[in-house]
Amino acid sequence: MSGAVLLGHGLLVASALFAIGLVGVLVRRNLLFQLLSIEIMLNAAAMAFVIAGARWGVADGQVMFVFILVMAAAEVAVGLALLLRISRRVPDLDGDAVSGMGG
Amino acid sequence: MGELLRSLPLWLVPTLPAAGFLVLALAGGRLPRRRAGTVGVGSVGLSAAVTLGIAAGFLDRPPEGGLRVETLWTWIDIGAFEIGFNLALDALSLVMIFVVTFVGFLIHLYSTEYMADDEAYSRFFAYMNLFVACMLMLVLADNLFLLYLGWEGVGLCSYLLIGFWYSDPANGAAARKAFIVTRVGDTAMAVALLLLFKHAGTLDIRQAMAWATASWPVGSGMAVAVALLLLGGAVGKSAQLPLQTWLPDAMAGPTPVSALIHAATMVTAGVYLIARTHAVFLLAPQAMTAVAIVGAATLLLAGCSALVQTDIKRVLAYSTISQIGYMFLGLGVGAWSAAVFHLMTHAFFKALLFLGAGAVILALHHEQDIFRMGGLRRRLPAVFWTFLAGAASLAALPLVTAGFFSKDLILWAAWGSAAGCRWLWAAGAFGALLTTVYSFRLVFVVFFGDEKGHVGHPPGPRIVVPLTVLAALSIVGGFVETPGWLGHVTWFTDLTGQTLPAVDWAVEDHHVEHLLQMVVAGITLVGVLAAWLLYVRRPALPAAIKASAAGAWLARFWLSGWGFDALYDRIVVRPFVACAARLRRDPIDRIPAVLAATAAAGNAALSRTQDGRIRSYVFGIGLGAVIAVAIVVLT
Amino acid sequence: MTVLFYLAGAVALLAAGLAVSRRNAFHALLYVVVSLLAAAVVFLTLGAPFAAVLEIIVYAGAIIVLFVFVVMMLNLGPEAAPRQHGLLSPATWIGPGVLAAVLLAELVVVITTAGGDAVAGDAVGPREVSHALFGPYVLAVELASFLLLAGLVGAAYLGSGSRTTGGEG
Repeated sequence: MSGAVLLGHGLLVASALFAIGLVGVLVRRNLLFQLLSIEIMLNAAAMAFVIAGARWGVADGQVMFVFILVMAAAEVAVGLALLLRISRRVPDLDGDAVSGMGG
Repeated sequence: MGELLRSLPLWLVPTLPAAGFLVLALAGGRLPRRRAGTVGVGSVGLSAAVTLGIAAGFLDRPPEGGLRVETLWTWIDIGAFEIGFNLALDALSLVMIFVVTFVGFLIHLYSTEYMADDEAYSRFFAYMNLFVACMLMLVLADNLFLLYLGWEGVGLCSYLLIGFWYSDPANGAAARKAFIVTRVGDTAMAVALLLLFKHAGTLDIRQAMAWATASWPVGSGMAVAVALLLLGGAVGKSAQLPLQTWLPDAMAGPTPVSALIHAATMVTAGVYLIARTHAVFLLAPQAMTAVAIVGAATLLLAGCSALVQTDIKRVLAYSTISQIGYMFLGLGVGAWSAAVFHLMTHAFFKALLFLGAGAVILALHHEQDIFRMGGLRRRLPAVFWTFLAGAASLAALPLVTAGFFSKDLILWAAWGSAAGCRWLWAAGAFGALLTTVYSFRLVFVVFFGDEKGHVGHPPGPRIVVPLTVLAALSIVGGFVETPGWLGHVTWFTDLTGQTLPAVDWAVEDHHVEHLLQMVVAGITLVGVLAAWLLYVRRPALPAAIKASAAGAWLARFWLSGWGFDALYDRIVVRPFVACAARLRRDPIDRIPAVLAATAAAGNAALSRTQDGRIRSYVFGIGLGAVIAVAIVVLT
Repeated sequence: MTVLFYLAGAVALLAAGLAVSRRNAFHALLYVVVSLLAAAVVFLTLGAPFAAVLEIIVYAGAIIVLFVFVVMMLNLGPEAAPRQHGLLSPATWIGPGVLAAVLLAELVVVITTAGGDAVAGDAVGPREVSHALFGPYVLAVELASFLLLAGLVGAAYLGSGSRTTGGEG
């Protein structure tokens, strides 16, 4: 029913999402936005798995999606907890200001 | 009695002096002088007594194959590499240990009086005992590794004793020179040993020699290489061309040291080494020729230098170099026994001459210039007569001296053996003239003429007795081997013939032999006459020669030992010092310094990237991803 | 369905692009939610309904709600983020933009040379996925549960705040 969708197009969408997420991480100094951008990148990677799984008509792609989901959930939980701690020291959540290194 | 003598353990011979050294070294100068002297002389004396016993047993009934081996213990055992601490006694070693212990004992006895006023009396005897122990180890060693141990041991003792009076920097320099110059030869010898071990798989002398004889054809490259390298070691130790420069300077040591180490024993170790490894030299005719040429050239050069020296000890030093040249000449023409015979007689008369010179020096309050001596004939009669005996033996006065018989044997072999030639004989004969002139120059200048210096107290019995014994040996020591027309005694050759091969004669005509002997005897007498004319009858003549331009130049040239020191200074020492001066600031360290600077700069650059900003890290990761994918895309 | 795929894909990209460029945290979150929902539609069109449902429930439902809680706790309102004013200046966009563009271009090259096949489109339902998860992947599932537990403990510890043993308190 959707035979006309090309594998390449699906992967292009995933790649573009990934690139957007990357730009977000690089451009934003706010740690919250950086975490958000990372979610977009993770979602793009997961999408690539689902597309590949759909190409071969197997369940493994969605299985990997589930695992990435789990990882993203754990990462967000810890990341946001850290964010809360950092916000006490750096109220505006500027990632660059968090650095204590002299390099 | 014979059984008892044969059961005397061989290990006692080197062990006794070694024990003496240990006692003196551990006592560290706390022993009273008298007791230190007793230990020093006694240990060598006992060793000489044991040697006499062993020699008597050996001569009474030689052991099977003319060889007696005593295995003490296994020294090194690594896989196939096994070195035993074995002592071997054959006819050659027997002659050597007899010379070392007997002459050594006489010199030790002499030293008790000569060194009586020295502060470091006990240290002197400790070094001397160590030297005797090392020398005995050298000649008794059953394998080349053990021989090398003794070889380096005597080199060390030589260094210590030349620099015995170390408070004078010149003595230290002379000691260093001796040590470093001989080290050049020792390196060649070490390479020879390694080559031999690599090919033969053993350092046992008899096994290695048998292997070489069986495996290397005559004239094969490896045999020549090993023989030449061994010659290099011998040349360094025996002060032959081109490594002879150290011996005249080695006279900085006390006179008994010059007598024992730099005349009688250590410097002849090179002769012993070549005789010991004669099998390799027989496989390498080119190396034999080299030995003969080195010997002939050295005896002429050193003879000329001895003519013009004014220091009594330096005359004797150049004479030693010259006489060892004769031994090398003998070895080179295959007259092994003759060379060892000359080694023995030379040990007697040269030790005697040094000891006599020492007695003169002592009596004249450490005056060494022969032109400030003179007329000592009447003041020191005992020294005069013994010195005369030694000089006559050195000059090889016919019939009455030991030196005549041994030198004659070498000269005849230089003419008549298969490896000999007339030029070698001619060199030896001319050398005989030089020898006679310089030895009698010494006698005439020192003991005749007017008295010039104040003579102190005459020498005591501990000096006179060794002189007398050595003088007797210098006269009669030659009668163990006489030519055909004079009794034809071949006792010495028969003894060493058990170990060393006989001469390969090319000329059998005895008329030629007799004629040559007459010629050499005539040359000797002419030499004595010439010396008498020049230094007693017309003392103005040598002065006039010296005053002329050519004569002065020649005298300076010979006095400096043919300019070898200046040459080596220019081509070796100065470039080396210049190199060292340049390397002092470690220019090569700049290369690793570049590495260090690069690492430091890299560290500075990379540490700037570690700024703790997440965004720059992410940027780095992204850049890495770009590059990684680019590699996939572009390939 | 094909049209739906392209439409949803376009929406996802657009929403994501807007999300990373918003100043207001709430706006950004809402755009992310839109992007995720669009991605769920993409999954649906590719015959992965289970993934689509999980996308909505877990990503859009749970994770983004977590973000919303944090934003509310930190009180990052529209007037917050004083340092974000450089956001729209071109200088900040050049480096990241070029990097991401190059990466995307490279990926496009790779995909267009190898990805000419059509997606099969047969729906792979929850049944097959669960068979796979609790069949060959059961060990990985257990490991994932460990990961979640570790995340839970870590978040609980870090979030408790008053304790001073570990970090700055």
